[in-house]
Amino acid sequence: MTTLIVRTATRYLMPLLLLFSLFLLWRGHHEPGGGFVGGLVAATAFVLLAIADGTSAARRLLRIAPVRLVPVGLATSLVAGLGAFVLGRPFLTGLWPEAGIALGTPLLFDVGVYLTVVGVVLTILFALMEEGS
Amino acid sequence: MTNDLLLVAPLLAALGSAIAGALAAGRATAQRVIGVAGAGALLTSAVALVVHVHATGIATTQLGNWPAPFGITLVADLFSALMVLVTGVVALCVAVYAASENDARALGAGFFPFFHVLLMGVCGAFLTGDLFNLYVWFEVMLLASFVLLTATAGPSALRSGLAYVSLNLLASAFFLVGVAVLYGVAGTLNLADLAVKLGQPEAREAARPVAALLLVAFGIKAGLFPVFFWLPASYPTAGVAVSALFAGLLTKVGVYALIRVFTLLFPLQDAGGSVALVAVASATMICGVLAAASQAHVRRILSFHIVSQIGYMVLGLALATPLALASAIFYVLHHIVTKTNLFLVGGLIRRAGGSEALGELGALAVRRTGLAVLFAVPALSLAGVPPLSGFFAKLQLLRAGLDAEAFVAVFIAVAVGLLTLFSMAKIWIEAFWGEAPENAAPDPTLPRGAVFASAGLALLTVALGLGAEGLWQLANEAAATLLEPERYVRAVLGARS
Repeated sequence: MTTLIVRTATRYLMPLLLLFSLFLLWRGHHEPGGGFVGGLVAATAFVLLAIADGTSAARRLLRIAPVRLVPVGLATSLVAGLGAFVLGRPFLTGLWPEAGIALGTPLLFDVGVYLTVVGVVLTILFALMEEGS
Repeated sequence: MTNDLLLVAPLLAALGSAIAGALAAGRATAQRVIGVAGAGALLTSAVALVVHVHATGIATTQLGNWPAPFGITLVADLFSALMVLVTGVVALCVAVYAASENDARALGAGFFPFFHVLLMGVCGAFLTGDLFNLYVWFEVMLLASFVLLTATAGPSALRSGLAYVSLNLLASAFFLVGVAVLYGVAGTLNLADLAVKLGQPEAREAARPVAALLLVAFGIKAGLFPVFFWLPASYPTAGVAVSALFAGLLTKVGVYALIRVFTLLFPLQDAGGSVALVAVASATMICGVLAAASQAHVRRILSFHIVSQIGYMVLGLALATPLALASAIFYVLHHIVTKTNLFLVGGLIRRAGGSEALGELGALAVRRTGLAVLFAVPALSLAGVPPLSGFFAKLQLLRAGLDAEAFVAVFIAVAVGLLTLFSMAKIWIEAFWGEAPENAAPDPTLPRGAVFASAGLALLTVALGLGAEGLWQLANEAAATLLEPERYVRAVLGARS
């Protein structure tokens, strides 16, 4: 699979995919998108790199072991849900700033989902790819 | 505000410990500390929940502040709260046992994070007020239990793990189809809202097949006749702590779901009980106990006894009188404590005697007097010997059966009780009396924490027997709440309807 075409295409596609995943994450609250699909797209970018240059290159670029992303993501979502308690609302109540841009706790929750999905998908796929080789 | 916090606290304790455990992956000491502390937090929050619910009645919270029936509702009536409490007790004891069993390999493989995910699933199933969320919590439990089942026992357990998971997936499929049909009929999945909608005669008529689907789904999960065979095939293959957790809690979640659905959505109490369910319960009792009598492996015998004991609990539900339901609740609580302990003791027997096959054990009573006492207490309680908790549970159930004039079922229950005693006596005679086997391993020391965990549960069994009055009163209150679905509906939906 590691032909010149795949490797060259990956170099251009990967940043695009990562940007697109952030875009999906950002628009997800009111429009189609969100942490889950954003995370899947981000994972795709790393899988593409793993196909082109091998899983070790993808792992190097990720810097952190994918399985470690799972608890980090879960903790992020948990914190987003806990925020509501501070204001005396039920768990997971979405909190929005009075005015301005939509940077509320639902976005933080989605960031957690994003990280968790990237972690789970890459843990599984890297393991499968490394088993094959 | 208190409700919002207290209802979520058990779930947060479990989820938080799972996250903390996953962050500390690979460090055995940290795993032990987080595992036990998390279970302690779960127990503490459960105690607070029971006290609160007992004082103020049914507690509800709407996650995300979306009102019922549109959002995700958590509800705790006294029955749910008691189930969460006993989950906390079992969680703490099994966590202590697992932490001291000193299996660094299993701890490194992520035992405690998945242990807590499983507990989150169990507590979620007890607390949810929404049928679809119940399905989701079932899947959380299934996922965590599959990992625990296969990871703690190595590749040999993969086959039984696959049987376990496929049977449970089949149950989930039945459940999901039932949920879909119910949504088509009533247009809602909030339990309280469903109870209102199914109050209309035409909706109830249309939803009738759903009752059968849910009975099959929860019946598989609970291990009812004739769909119990996956249980004894899989439980004994798991590690000791895992099998104890499964034996105590997982099937009882199925029983809980049966009781919830058949008092709230399809109220058996209005139909004067169900003869069919009495028959199923009786068959479950007989099959479980007869199959157990033919086994010669400690935890396999105990696994078949889970099946037969499930029959007693479902018998209480099937009779559907206040007395019967209260004794079913008492039975569930007693059984979770006792059965978990028996599995833990089974693990200790394996350590002390080097085997779980009755033929390879012997004379443990001489060499291990303490262990003999630890086994005797839950075993006698399971068989229903006074003054232990099992005696009181069986007594009340038999009284309820006589009141409802279900004489055949009562006769079966008594006979099965005697056969249970026979089974326990068999383990006693083979493992604790008799000749020591020739190649007896030199006695390894039993891990102290594991002994403490088992002794704690044994003390609780004795306390539940001697102080049965208190718990019996709680069980009666819980049953009274279950038998008046309007209270549940009012607590969730407010004075709206």
